[in-house]
Amino acid sequence: MTKTDDKLILGGHEFSSRFILGSGKYSLELIDAAVTNAKAEIITLALRRANQGMANILDYIPKHVTLLPNTSGARNAEEAVRIARLAREAGCGDFVKIEIMRDSKYLLPDNQETIKATEVLAKEGFVVLPYMYPDLNVARDLMNAGAAAVMPLAAPIGSNKGMCTKEFIQILIDEISLPIIVDAGIGKPSQACEAMEMGAAAVMANTAIATSGDVPAMAEAFSKAIEAGRSAYLAGMGRVLTKGATASSPLTGFLHE
Amino acid sequence: MITINGEKKEGYEEVSIEDMLSGEGFHRDRIAVEKNGEIIPKAVFSKELLHSGDVVEVVSFVGGG
Repeated sequence: MTKTDDKLILGGHEFSSRFILGSGKYSLELIDAAVTNAKAEIITLALRRANQGMANILDYIPKHVTLLPNTSGARNAEEAVRIARLAREAGCGDFVKIEIMRDSKYLLPDNQETIKATEVLAKEGFVVLPYMYPDLNVARDLMNAGAAAVMPLAAPIGSNKGMCTKEFIQILIDEISLPIIVDAGIGKPSQACEAMEMGAAAVMANTAIATSGDVPAMAEAFSKAIEAGRSAYLAGMGRVLTKGATASSPLTGFLHE
Repeated sequence: MITINGEKKEGYEEVSIEDMLSGEGFHRDRIAVEKNGEIIPKAVFSKELLHSGDVVEVVSFVGGG
């Protein structure tokens, strides 16, 4: 496969970039540079009560970028569906990231409610990307409910802890035919690269970039790491020896022979 | 009395959503409006009137992950 044929396909839409960028917790003025440096084609947003006269984030996002509103703030399927419908009405297109939380300490997603919301929204024509706790049975249910991808968490949201759920995400990658997008908890480019090497279809990151010393520079570092991980996955990893060593240089023609 | 984003407001009874939005300083292209739990399409903003006791939510996008 050449690099140009390698597309991320979500609900029939093709993307060249495998980096989904969050837009939370940093200045609107930095969004354009972050998107450009990230080479991102999808950016997440949240929906909240409007404030009069406040700068609008849509004015800061380059026009070619697909908007992915989340349903943050939803505590059950019904609230998520309501937010998704409002987001579509606000002119955000058909993409939605379902995010349903009952737990405010660890912000863990409610998988059962997420399945319910996925079913309703997929039937309404949304491209549904559900954020979930990595569980194979739930991932299968999400697929059957019409999800366009599955977004398992690597670690609690905003924790920057990396691939804490690595083994379980690998099971999803191996068993689920939808794109697996690793979301939440990725804190460093190396962790994003690790997810891509494992065969993840994409990585979503926000806090790692927003809390870094230089937002556009970290966006670029993530972009490079994700590309490197994808190339490595496509190339196929070299094998690992269980023990011993094997020389990389020829074992003949030594100077002392 | 109309409730807009949780705040009670006077003076919007029998006023269209369109006029309420401009009165409140909202940018109509960047928002979605829900009245009493139902989404009001932009196409009917100028025709849809508010009545006393209505609960209106005006939402827009912010940064998020």
